[in-house]
Amino acid sequence: MKLYCLSSDASKPCFVLSFRELLIMLDCGLSAHSVLNFLPLPPVPSTRLASLPNYTPPHVNDPLLEGELKECCGRVFVDSIPEFCPPLDKVVDFSQLDVILISNYTCMMALPFITEDTGFKGQVYATEPTLQIGRFYLEELAEWVSGAGGSGNAGAAKRWKEMLHVLPSPLALAARPRSWRRLFSPASVARALSRVRVVGYDERVDIYGALDATAVSSGFCLGSANWVLRSAREKVAYVSGSSTLTTHPRPINQAALRGADLLILAALTQTPAHNPDHMLGDLCVHATVTLRGGGCVLCPVYPSGVLYDLLECLSAHLDGAGLQHVPMYVVSPVADSSLAYSNILAEWVSVGKQAKVYLPEEPFPHAALARAGRLRHAKHLHDDAFSAEFRQPCVVFCGHPSLRFGAAVHLVELWANNPAHAIIFTEPDFPHTEALAPFQPLSMKAFHCPIDTSLNYSQASKLVRELRPKELALPDQYAPPPAHHQHTAPRAHITTEVPTVVVRRGAARTCGVRRRSARAHLPASLAAAAAARAAPAPTPATTARPSPAATPAPALRLAPLTASLALRDNRLDLLPPPPLPAAGTSTADAETARVHWGALDVESFVLALAREGITEARVEGDIVHLPRHDTLVQIERHATHVFCEGRADVRQALRRALAACLPHV
Amino acid sequence: MPDIKITPLGAGQDVGRSCILLSMGGKNIMLDCGMHMGYNDERRFPDFTYIVPEGPITSQIDCVIISHFHLDHCGALPYMSEMIGYTGPIYMTHPTKAIAPILLEDMRKVVVERKGESNFFTSQMIKDCIKKVTAVTLHQSVMVDNELEIKAYYAGHVLGAAMFWIRVGSQSVVYTGDYNMTPDRHLGAAWIDKCRPDLLITESTYATTIRDSKRCRERDFLKKVHECVEKGGKVLIPVFALGRAQELCILLETYWERMNLKYPVYFALGLTEKANNYYKMFITWTNQKIRKTFVQRNMFDFKHIKPFDKTYIENPGAMVVFATPGMLHAGLSLNIFKKWAPYEQNMVIMPGFCVQGTVGHKILNGAKKVEFENRQVVEVKMAVEYMSFSAHADAKGIMQLIQYCEPKNVLLVHGEAQKMEFLKDKIEKEFKINCYMPANGETTIINTPTKVPVDVSLRLLKAEAVRYNALPPDPKRRRVVNGMLCVKDNRLSLLDIDEVCDEIGINRHVIRFTSTVRFDDTGSAVKTAEKLKALLAEKLEGWTITISEANISVESVLIKVEGEDNTKSIYVSWTNQDEDLGSYILGLLQSVVQGS
Repeated sequence: MKLYCLSSDASKPCFVLSFRELLIMLDCGLSAHSVLNFLPLPPVPSTRLASLPNYTPPHVNDPLLEGELKECCGRVFVDSIPEFCPPLDKVVDFSQLDVILISNYTCMMALPFITEDTGFKGQVYATEPTLQIGRFYLEELAEWVSGAGGSGNAGAAKRWKEMLHVLPSPLALAARPRSWRRLFSPASVARALSRVRVVGYDERVDIYGALDATAVSSGFCLGSANWVLRSAREKVAYVSGSSTLTTHPRPINQAALRGADLLILAALTQTPAHNPDHMLGDLCVHATVTLRGGGCVLCPVYPSGVLYDLLECLSAHLDGAGLQHVPMYVVSPVADSSLAYSNILAEWVSVGKQAKVYLPEEPFPHAALARAGRLRHAKHLHDDAFSAEFRQPCVVFCGHPSLRFGAAVHLVELWANNPAHAIIFTEPDFPHTEALAPFQPLSMKAFHCPIDTSLNYSQASKLVRELRPKELALPDQYAPPPAHHQHTAPRAHITTEVPTVVVRRGAARTCGVRRRSARAHLPASLAAAAAARAAPAPTPATTARPSPAATPAPALRLAPLTASLALRDNRLDLLPPPPLPAAGTSTADAETARVHWGALDVESFVLALAREGITEARVEGDIVHLPRHDTLVQIERHATHVFCEGRADVRQALRRALAACLPHV
Repeated sequence: MPDIKITPLGAGQDVGRSCILLSMGGKNIMLDCGMHMGYNDERRFPDFTYIVPEGPITSQIDCVIISHFHLDHCGALPYMSEMIGYTGPIYMTHPTKAIAPILLEDMRKVVVERKGESNFFTSQMIKDCIKKVTAVTLHQSVMVDNELEIKAYYAGHVLGAAMFWIRVGSQSVVYTGDYNMTPDRHLGAAWIDKCRPDLLITESTYATTIRDSKRCRERDFLKKVHECVEKGGKVLIPVFALGRAQELCILLETYWERMNLKYPVYFALGLTEKANNYYKMFITWTNQKIRKTFVQRNMFDFKHIKPFDKTYIENPGAMVVFATPGMLHAGLSLNIFKKWAPYEQNMVIMPGFCVQGTVGHKILNGAKKVEFENRQVVEVKMAVEYMSFSAHADAKGIMQLIQYCEPKNVLLVHGEAQKMEFLKDKIEKEFKINCYMPANGETTIINTPTKVPVDVSLRLLKAEAVRYNALPPDPKRRRVVNGMLCVKDNRLSLLDIDEVCDEIGINRHVIRFTSTVRFDDTGSAVKTAEKLKALLAEKLEGWTITISEANISVESVLIKVEGEDNTKSIYVSWTNQDEDLGSYILGLLQSVVQGS
């Protein structure tokens, strides 16, 4: 068993596990940090962004670099369509992948990069909400970025990638920008998603007969799953994006993960220092204060996930603060679908929300909020209906959290100069100061309330202790820092007693158990016949002569077995061996011994022969000669060779004699 | 225990009161727990005394599985759990768990309040019963205990209807409940994978019908309704609140819209809105089209269909009324029927199956007069139409399902005896598998071959793969492994003989036999060997025979030809464990020599 790590971002993981001759990809996260190096793509042309000064590195005169870089408040940005950092494609040939298992919709954004135009022929498995909400995320991204003409490669700035050494930080520190790619087109999103096969929690999916894969609830978001891979003997658990907190999704199923041979841990919290509950409280307070002051609140969010909790909590909080009249807007190309879908996924929500469905009422309150007119949604800011009813002060939820594309870019530009307004960051994927950098100088208030419900390091360490895997695999970010780095600042890490394998991007590590046997099935008839022949195994002490009466029943029983093998769909069956064409001649023989042990004592062999009626044996050293039967028996320490002239009755007599002298089954 | 035992307590050569007992591998499972609509006495419930004459029933039943919310499948559940005292696990899907209590409560009201019966379960009992239910999702594999596993598949019959796959050890059974193999206006088609169960228990309501195309039936239905209302007649469509009703509503709604008709259409039940809400909540259980479009337009918001009020019964003029219950056995639909039946211009359309003993069954069989308990006699002059809209699989669908899941045996329930007989014949002929159709209370025993799991050592398999050059498996060629079966701590493993010796620390003693046959043949030894090889290949078809110069090997038996003159020596050599093959080849060669 081998584990490859293809992603440098542990919260957007991408692993490949080779297990029983299968290549299994675990998640395909897309690292979007790279987009922070680019200028925002405003949905409507912005004069401020257009008039930013060009940047040329000192002492460099390269006409090709002309216009690729712009400067804003001392930071340099690439003026081009943003690019993303997909999983490494050099380590594993994507056309050889057998399956991709997806744990949740935040960890599947690179799917089109893996499955389209790579010769990929395998299966993709995900739960229904993962597929649906993942579709919203991907469509939203593709619409914003590709809508701006960003799926081709024409006109892309690339000269700067050759000049990293002369560029200022943080651009100079960009990780492998040459491997960055532009986003996929909506068409390839649709093609990639059409490959996904939907599974339910606790459904055993047969992977080419070699193993079972089961998605079990991970408690992080709607439809989020941990995967358990099981063959007849081995068990591997992949724990990614899990939460032990109580929010809207089904709680985590820990029992299914227990006792694995290998546990792979990924996508822990990105903000271990922030408690999600406190952050939610802070957010409500900041929002109330801003709204009371007549300002608007902007929350750059993804179109699903924590958004549902935000709507529920904030609306309740505003009610309590006497701000029921403040409208809440969700602006996203997929806002309507996302809000509608969340209310039909009854089988995927927590027990409390599920109970509502039986009444029947919607599990989430946002349908009721929408009916009451407090919550509105729109595809775009410039939708006529939306512009007509837009009132301030208000709360707007829209994307993208990186502030590089989507409706949020326009709203920040619009409200940046008014200190009454506030922007509250809740998504943990991007550092908020960097997200805001191209909008500086900024007068509106900015708050950082990251809500990441994934396991934090102490919860994860506790989970590992409880699950008791035989081995643990971690991305290097989560492992304790190596000994020679101990003088640097200590960082949070997983502490565990379990033998641990650490993987970093591009690395492959051997892990898990070594397979020694395969599971086959034996028909009852064959098993019964074998059982009838079974004899207790000899122990080294009693090899000389078995004395069954004296020894107690041994734990091990043996029976020789000849069977024909049938391999179908990776399932092994032992079938009765085909009979000989003329079976009649030797059937009686099945009863006699087949396999012998120990050394043959010549004297007792001669005695045994005499009992069989062969009395003319002449012993010449290691050779027993039976002249009348034209037979020679050559006896060695671990072998006996009989040269006989083909009389079956003599041979059977010899075999009986040998059996009498040697321990056998 | 290789036997599977099935005893129908209801639905054996009968429709209504589905309740089938299944025992395998020491587990007892009850499949459905329905009531019979045609009876008013104790016969409406399954005979639970069959399971245990008296005393607690819980210890006798490991779990109860309910396939869908129709009362002939779940109607006796509160009786069993609250009045008989069953406390074990009960499984059904989420929509069934949501909707079943509503239908149970409806039925309870009719029985207790209208007919004034006592000794029936109460509202509270229904609530308590449903609280004990474990809801399952599609394809989720649920371990009831360490050995018993169940899994639900989509059945399409009504919202939340499921087929169940049940496994104990290596034995498995699929119970279909009611299912539908053709997608309709709001539900998808039943689906199951190739799970190859030992037994498939399938419904057979339409065992002999092959229904005409869906479109024809729909057109027919719309034409009849339209003609009737055009002449000023009233159309009564008795339905159950959930299920077929929604499909017919969608059908009428779109027709009314297209033809721009103004005749009033009523849906007689306060439940309508609630029912449609359930469809909205569980939209993931409807068909592809509705799921795709639900964000834009909810198919269950009807413009033309209005709620019905009792006073409308006497209203003059044409109208279409959907009323519950579906078999005209009680309630509002029966009341309306009594009022409208004596007039020729009116029509009743029965869109589903009617159980024997119900008014629906009587009029479908051509009864012109129907007598009621209070000696009231109603003349039936209205047109009576039957349209098989109830979503059961027809003969073709049943055969299709058998083809999908490849069972080793089939057992028919939920159908009429003669029709079953016909289908049984067809199944046995077409699939060459056994088919059973026990009557109520009759036990069928099915013997299944068991398989024992064995761990085969990789060393043995790799050696085998090397021997056969890792060729892909070929069913015509035998590939044989010789190994040692070890039994330790009740676990079986198959090891290489040398591996066993190493493990227990002893040395093997190999015994080899070599015999010589003299053979008069001209030519070189290689030529003779080739002749022999041809002979062996003919006799030992499917065995691996290789030849290199004058050495032939048949699996592990070696044959060597020596001598360049006219008499050749053929050495045959084999180890003791190949005695069968070795002595056979030796015998063969000897007979050849004697023959020549």
